[in-house]
Amino acid sequence: MGKLLKLVTEPLNLNNPITVQILGICSALAVTVKMKPAVVMALSVMFVLAFSNAIISLLRNTIPTRIRIIVELVVIATLVIIVDEFLKAYVYDVSKQLSVFVGLIITNCIIMGRLEAFALGNKPIPAFLDGIGNAAGYGIVLIIVSFFRELLGSGTIWDIRVIPQSWYAAGYQNNGLMILPPMALITIGFLIWLQRGIFKSLQGRS
Amino acid sequence: MGLRKFFDNLNKQAQPGGKLHFLSATIEALDTFFYVPNRVTTRGSHIRDAVDLKRVMITVVIALLPPLLFGIWNIGYLHYKYLGLDTNFWKNVWFGLEKFIPLLLVSYIAGGLVEVIFAQLRHEEVNEGYLVTGLLIPMIIPVTTPLWMVGLAAIFATLVGKEVFGGTGYNIFNPALLARAFLFFSYPGHMSGEKVWIADLPDAMSGATPLGQFSQATSLAQIHAIHSHFSVADMFLGTIPGSIGETSTLAILIGALILIYTGVASWKIIVSAFVGGGLMGWLLNILATPTNPYMALPFWEHWLLGGFAFGMVYMVTDPVSSAHTEIGKWIYGFSAGLLAILIRVLNPAYPEGVMLAILLMNMFAPLIDYIVVRYHIKSRTKRALFLKQQNL
Repeated sequence: MGKLLKLVTEPLNLNNPITVQILGICSALAVTVKMKPAVVMALSVMFVLAFSNAIISLLRNTIPTRIRIIVELVVIATLVIIVDEFLKAYVYDVSKQLSVFVGLIITNCIIMGRLEAFALGNKPIPAFLDGIGNAAGYGIVLIIVSFFRELLGSGTIWDIRVIPQSWYAAGYQNNGLMILPPMALITIGFLIWLQRGIFKSLQGRS
Repeated sequence: MGLRKFFDNLNKQAQPGGKLHFLSATIEALDTFFYVPNRVTTRGSHIRDAVDLKRVMITVVIALLPPLLFGIWNIGYLHYKYLGLDTNFWKNVWFGLEKFIPLLLVSYIAGGLVEVIFAQLRHEEVNEGYLVTGLLIPMIIPVTTPLWMVGLAAIFATLVGKEVFGGTGYNIFNPALLARAFLFFSYPGHMSGEKVWIADLPDAMSGATPLGQFSQATSLAQIHAIHSHFSVADMFLGTIPGSIGETSTLAILIGALILIYTGVASWKIIVSAFVGGGLMGWLLNILATPTNPYMALPFWEHWLLGGFAFGMVYMVTDPVSSAHTEIGKWIYGFSAGLLAILIRVLNPAYPEGVMLAILLMNMFAPLIDYIVVRYHIKSRTKRALFLKQQNL
């Protein structure tokens, strides 16, 4: 039981897919301008990753090794289309904001990485939990980054204005760089710096 | 000698095990600020050069004085000129000081604080690296930049430009330019346009730089009109709107002579940068069409406009972030000048390309050095093999 729990908790911090494995950076830069799309993205990735992990794990003994990548892609693509249709039906404005990035979940390195590294060699239930854990680790970073980007770049949190109008009247301005992708990368860099500063075990073993 | 006693006492406390050991870096910094360090090497022969980091930094600060002093005067001069008030030399200087000193203080305090905190955390001595960066930051921004933005930029530059890479001497990018890039992309309204260059300008008036006006020109007649407003002599002397330190090409040339004479900056980089910029300007002159009169602007005027001279003398030559091999310096400077003019003239989104060109070349400097060194090794190996075959 502890082992199963570890599958979920480890990727949250010490084996975080973004800050430790440095995977899935592209989408982390693209969808973190505001919190709402970031959270939707995190949930979408969680759905896709958990179920594709479980499905591939079920099929792991029947998939011929040579064509496994194509099979994996078919499974991921199917799930991504389900997510895409769902978002279009229920949260249309967020789906509009995310635009191509929902479709691009297919190419998210974390998903391919987990399928190859974990699902192909483990039973469905651990694979499912591993998917949940890694997607949650990805989601946490997305939420932290988007929190700072939305707060400093737009002055809002979850589209609610938090920086009072009086500040703007006094000369405060939203930081335009925060909205641009380079600053997302620098924010993730700061996060990695902070994390390695606190958890010394993550520092290079050279 | 009360002060010496005070520091002796503090130093005792700062020894390992002492009460104030956790503040040792700060105490050491304060002590050496007031007194010359009394440590000497006890064993072995050693050669010491008189030029240490402190000396280099002070030389750069001295070289920065001509454009700095001119810039301070120019703040007042332009203010009174645009407002149509009569003025004199001291009034100009006084007004300039009133505007410049707060910018400088904020830059030094904000960036210096980050520097001290990191020295504390890393148990290192606070070094002089920030002396130059902190002075450069207010010199390359418009005089109307709000103080909190300057502070934020100074913190960002020290943190991301230097401390991330390990402190002074390890940075890839020039920290002062990084501060400017940060402000430029974060608050574009405060870093370019017609309103920012002159202190206390009334809303209805335009204080656009000649460079900004040239880039907007749509016909040769307009170019001539701008020239009648800002003569070439004005551009050379620097009595034009612009960032505080960048306007006077004459003052910058004096600074350049100091830097070259003392050997702090490489003349190869400066010369090749001007050649590169001139060549690009000349090429654009040839390709100019009546529909794009800006391209027809004589190439040598690009040397006088905007931040070209300042960037190519003080920023691109930064000994840490520039190329180090001798051939590499030529390539590095030349490309920086070339790109600066290319971006300036052909990219409508950026009225000034010097900052972007230098940051880009900072990034490529290690690669240039690597290729130059590899080329050397290859050609010398070839020569050695050749001599061997000749049985020499």
